[in-house]
Amino acid sequence: MFHDIVIIGGGLAGLRAAVEAGTMGADVAVVSKLHPIRSHSGAAQGGINAALANHPDSADDTPERHAYDTIKGSDFLADQEAVIAMTSDAPGVIYEMEHWGCPFSRLENGKIAQRPFGGAGYPRTCYGADRTGQYLLHTLYERTIAVGTRFYEEWMVLQLVVGDDKLCKGVVALNLSSGEVELIGANAVIFATGGAGRMYGNTTNAHASTALGMAIPYWAGVPLKDMEFIQFHPTGLYGSNILMTEGCRGEGGYLINKDGERFMKRYVSEKFMELAPRDIVARSIQTEINEGRGIDGKPYVYLDLRHLGKARIMERLPGIREHCLDFVGIDPIDEPIPVNPSMHYTMGGIDVNIDGESKTKGFYAAGECCAVSVHGANRLGGNSLLDTIVFGRRSGKAAALYVKNLPHKPDEKALAKGFEQFKAWQADYFASRGDENPYHIKKELNDLMPTYAGIFRDGESLKVGLAKIRELKARFKKLRAIKEIRRFNMDRVWVMELAGNLDVAEVVCLGALARTESRGSHFRTDFKTRDDSNWLKHTLASWSPEGPKLSYSEVQITKYQPEERKY
Amino acid sequence: MPQFSVFRYDPDAGTAPRFDTYAVPDIKGMTVLEGLFYILEELDPSLAFRCSCREAVCGSCAMHINGQYRLACKTQVGALKEPIVVRPLAHMPVIRDLVVDMTQFWANYRQIKPYLIPKETPPAKENLQTPEQRKKLDPHVDCILCAACYGSCPVASGDQNYLGPHALLKALRFVEDSRDGATSERLAIVAKDIGVFRCHTVFNCQKVCPRDLDPTGAISKLKIKILVEKMPFLKFLDR
Repeated sequence: MFHDIVIIGGGLAGLRAAVEAGTMGADVAVVSKLHPIRSHSGAAQGGINAALANHPDSADDTPERHAYDTIKGSDFLADQEAVIAMTSDAPGVIYEMEHWGCPFSRLENGKIAQRPFGGAGYPRTCYGADRTGQYLLHTLYERTIAVGTRFYEEWMVLQLVVGDDKLCKGVVALNLSSGEVELIGANAVIFATGGAGRMYGNTTNAHASTALGMAIPYWAGVPLKDMEFIQFHPTGLYGSNILMTEGCRGEGGYLINKDGERFMKRYVSEKFMELAPRDIVARSIQTEINEGRGIDGKPYVYLDLRHLGKARIMERLPGIREHCLDFVGIDPIDEPIPVNPSMHYTMGGIDVNIDGESKTKGFYAAGECCAVSVHGANRLGGNSLLDTIVFGRRSGKAAALYVKNLPHKPDEKALAKGFEQFKAWQADYFASRGDENPYHIKKELNDLMPTYAGIFRDGESLKVGLAKIRELKARFKKLRAIKEIRRFNMDRVWVMELAGNLDVAEVVCLGALARTESRGSHFRTDFKTRDDSNWLKHTLASWSPEGPKLSYSEVQITKYQPEERKY
Repeated sequence: MPQFSVFRYDPDAGTAPRFDTYAVPDIKGMTVLEGLFYILEELDPSLAFRCSCREAVCGSCAMHINGQYRLACKTQVGALKEPIVVRPLAHMPVIRDLVVDMTQFWANYRQIKPYLIPKETPPAKENLQTPEQRKKLDPHVDCILCAACYGSCPVASGDQNYLGPHALLKALRFVEDSRDGATSERLAIVAKDIGVFRCHTVFNCQKVCPRDLDPTGAISKLKIKILVEKMPFLKFLDR
């Protein structure tokens, strides 16, 4: 099997890359462990940012203002040229999605509707009710059918093959239905595997959103960037951590504590209130809970939508209402919603540039699995969907140009060598040397990450967390035998996902331990302020047999000088 | 402890399908999907099932639970009678256990040309669409293609070439879109012998849809649109 470009992941970034590269004439295939329609992009709710200036209150919004809000939101860790590229591309890619059929909600004048979102100076979040991700994902999947994209559905990539010449050669993948492990040769590989939420037990993310997609390139020598920056969404449903979109607050929802107080007024200015950036709102909620002002002393506060009225909730937030009815038996028209901060997004990821290129020639990444970086230390709501489409497109284009003049055939020798290495590695990795239940290790990792590398962290907690992860890694080497089943071997799948989660969780803790400052989502209670003179830099983690090796790279600051971040 | 009785079958094993029984812990608010995870993680790692989002959005975990096609992730264990009998979706070949081969389901979906075919060259900015025009799409665009309807459909059971409620609902989604220009083409596809006129109007699809959509109604609407296209004087029927 060979394709000019193989894209790993069938979510928004992967599909957008496929459409771009395919229409440029490259032979493209998408390899996805889920059917693309099942991708977690589809669970995004609130919207996608672009300075369309459609909303009556956003007439003088511009891509520059969007860029500034994003950079300030990132606590100045974003690379500014990348942000400017994203916000400048934004209107065009949104119009394109609309032309392809995306059913955005509409204003009376027929234009795409926009709503206010956190940390933004204008209402610039374009939306389709509270199902924007689903509408975008279905639209892009439909587009791939229109342009005839080739899919390997329910194929799970296990290894990236890089030749001795340091060029990317393809991937090793497991066909879940047949159980066969296959080689797929390619001149360019684009990873678009999404986020790594499932390192944490308290995540909004899908079961499929593990760190394996970041771990595979990391194992192959591609560094991970800024992994210590973990976003906690302020409003996950208490108990299940199911996402309650920021759109709830964009539409006017309140956050209240046990005294019925809109407590955000004590943390930010009246102008922002519930619509401060996520890192700040999440910390504020956690502070209320820690100081005993959770509802009935329990670890949650209320997200109150009642004053919005039935009509508005039914029109703008129907999915939220359904989730509440289905999962906690509460109708937000009549009752407030119990919420707590939940791990939501990895700002960090595979180290790539503005065109999705890594330092390994022929290897690209786009979307949440990578860090360009446009989100820096804290992502603004509505910017992740934008990131997937803008950088999916850019990486697809860059890869198509790269493969154009390369021979359209696999490097058999390099692939064969990669496959031998893979087999040896798997045989060793999964050799049964004990009776450890992998799912107990998974559970312990899930429990320890929010505790030791959570919203608030300090040197002591991170050291303990790191030590515990290393213990789990040692126990992982003593797993019970993996089930030997050919078809749809879930045991093998989940053990592999766990391997990725363990190694990337180690990177998260190590990066967080080293970074002795607080910036964006990374809040150290022992170093409470931002330290630009020492830490205005990206963390890079490279795999080594002894553990992750950290180094640092410069943040690109062009237009906006770092300033105190106040809301 | 709630008892699960789960369909097990591995075509490789050369043995007949069977039901295995498992006891899962009694936890308030536990969903069937969480029960299946408990079985996989604590009792029997050989169990195969699809899942991802666990919040009724991705459409992976449609299966037959206590006599009804539903999403395992939004079905509460506490609301079901025991034993909780879990089977795969019907009339698709079983790959293993609760995982079925959905090739035909997706092939049928592709037949209706499930993508916008624009009326005209798009403008520099967005196509304008009034809130009323957009509202017409609401009953159709929330489909997550989970196949609960397809599994429940007696016509699909008898003829795998029947396009199925999911594909027909999707066809109406484009027919109703003010931006789409391929209505005649799509109506011709769904008017074929594998299309809308095969529907027996038994409402199973409507009954099981986890998003409360109405594929039966969509099919009826398509039938009317086909009639009106042939006999424009019937236009009063198409409301």
